Amino acid sequence: MKLVMAIIKPFKLDEVRQALTELGLQGMTVTEVKGYGRQKGHTEIYRGAEYAVNFLPKIKIEVVVPAKMVDKAVDAIVAAAKTGQIGDGKIFVVPVEQTVRIRTGETDESAL
Amino acid sequence: MVTQMKYLIGAVVALAVLILAHIDPALAQEAAGAAAPAATPPAPPPSPINTGDTAWMLTSTALVLMMTIPGLALFYGGMVRKKNVLATVGQAFGATCIITVLWMVIGYSIAFTTNDSASLQKWIGGFKYFMLKPMTIDAVNPLAGSIPESVYMTFQMTFAIITPALIAGSLADRMKFSSFMVFMGAWLVLVYSPIAHWVWGGGWLGQLGALDYAGGTVVHLNAGTAGLVCALVLGPRYGLGKENMAPYNLVYSVIGASLLWVGWFGFNAGSAVTANVNAGMAMAATQIATAAAALAWMVCEWCIAKKPSILGLVSGAVAGLVAITPASGFVNPTGSLIIGIAAGVVCYFAAVHVKKALGYDDALDAFGVHAVGGALGAMMTGMFASNAINSAGKGWLIDGNAHQMLIQFYDVAGTFIYCGVMTFMILKVIDLIMGLRVSQAVEVEGLDINLHGEVVQ
Repeated sequence: MKLVMAIIKPFKLDEVRQALTELGLQGMTVTEVKGYGRQKGHTEIYRGAEYAVNFLPKIKIEVVVPAKMVDKAVDAIVAAAKTGQIGDGKIFVVPVEQTVRIRTGETDESAL
Repeated sequence: MVTQMKYLIGAVVALAVLILAHIDPALAQEAAGAAAPAATPPAPPPSPINTGDTAWMLTSTALVLMMTIPGLALFYGGMVRKKNVLATVGQAFGATCIITVLWMVIGYSIAFTTNDSASLQKWIGGFKYFMLKPMTIDAVNPLAGSIPESVYMTFQMTFAIITPALIAGSLADRMKFSSFMVFMGAWLVLVYSPIAHWVWGGGWLGQLGALDYAGGTVVHLNAGTAGLVCALVLGPRYGLGKENMAPYNLVYSVIGASLLWVGWFGFNAGSAVTANVNAGMAMAATQIATAAAALAWMVCEWCIAKKPSILGLVSGAVAGLVAITPASGFVNPTGSLIIGIAAGVVCYFAAVHVKKALGYDDALDAFGVHAVGGALGAMMTGMFASNAINSAGKGWLIDGNAHQMLIQFYDVAGTFIYCGVMTFMILKVIDLIMGLRVSQAVEVEGLDINLHGEVVQ
């Protein structure tokens, strides 16, 4: 099993969710996050007072998938979240040791 | 038990009859079953009260109170950081309460009643209205002959409320609430009430012929000047220029500015103190100048900062409202358009660029918008006042009365100097006794949790 963690532009969330659902993946965890990469931040001006905003709002998606599904899932996220503009985000894949479904006690892939 | 109840009921009935007898002897007689034969009453003297005027002034009073709560409270509340929202909104509300009580006790008397001594009358009103004692049910103030004095007193009270409350824009984010409340009370009695008397209560500026229809100098220059002094005495907010001080929620500010705009019809058209032609023209002038100023500020910002901000748009509207305030009952629609455009441009540069260059921390621009707009409006009233609009005002450009400009300048200078000096002294005395500013730790963590024990989630 692998944890696929994707940081994407907020307005792309629905398209990514739909793409992953079409792959047959059930469930994901979504968090509103702030951060920066090459896009850096932006400047806000209020009556002449300028503030540099270094951390931009992004969406973090976490989804655990069976190892054989990882490539498909990553491709689906890339296809759905891509705009070609700077600031599209990143995807990280890390191994997962164990999964337990709390309600039934099922473990590992049957718990996904 | 039953006997006790009977005694109790008997006592209550007897008490009720006694109270009724005190309130209305005729009613008590009826209650006692001794109906007196009705005598034809003599015709009452004609009342000076005009019901149309009274209805409009009751409405105006409500509109002007709405300008402070919630209008100004939201306008300022939206511009501060989240940790200080409640404290800022609470300042407007607290000021409303303390000023209402002090206006009843002595403020109205100082501002709007006549001093028996003619030489003192120039500077300060009488003290006979202490606790409003002479304000009987049918009392009328000669300054507003067609409405009950109770309405006039309350209408003027709403002006007395918003003026000190405006100062809160300069001292936002860093003043102790206790000191703020004391400052509001002292400033009302020592600064606002006398200056209102000078212009409107028959004092020296009114005698000179200064034109201030609804408070360009009395309210706005006055509050803005006090704001500048507060900003200088308190010093800048901790972290100014380094920390992100972006507004918490500008939608609040847009709602607040919109309530100010609507309420301002009571402020300006209400200052006619009658429901007549002057009220109508003041309303038209107010609407035109406000829109023109908002557009002018927006265009300036669009050209210089490249984006038309919504905060800029509503700030421009407030600048226009301020500048048309002294002029509203004296100028024609063209005059009000020109005043509005000038206010948008001048206040934009004052609040955005001059403030930056001079470095004082007038947090929410009470000086840049209200003092600058008020002074500009007062001078432009001298330029554009038209005898055809109001027989009380002859201006420079239309009626050729250049001397009016000098009188307007006395009005501006007198208000600025007296207010500046008095505000400085009041602040220094409060600082000596109880301190003005919260500790740095409180300021960093936020006023809401530390001063009020509450937070906005």
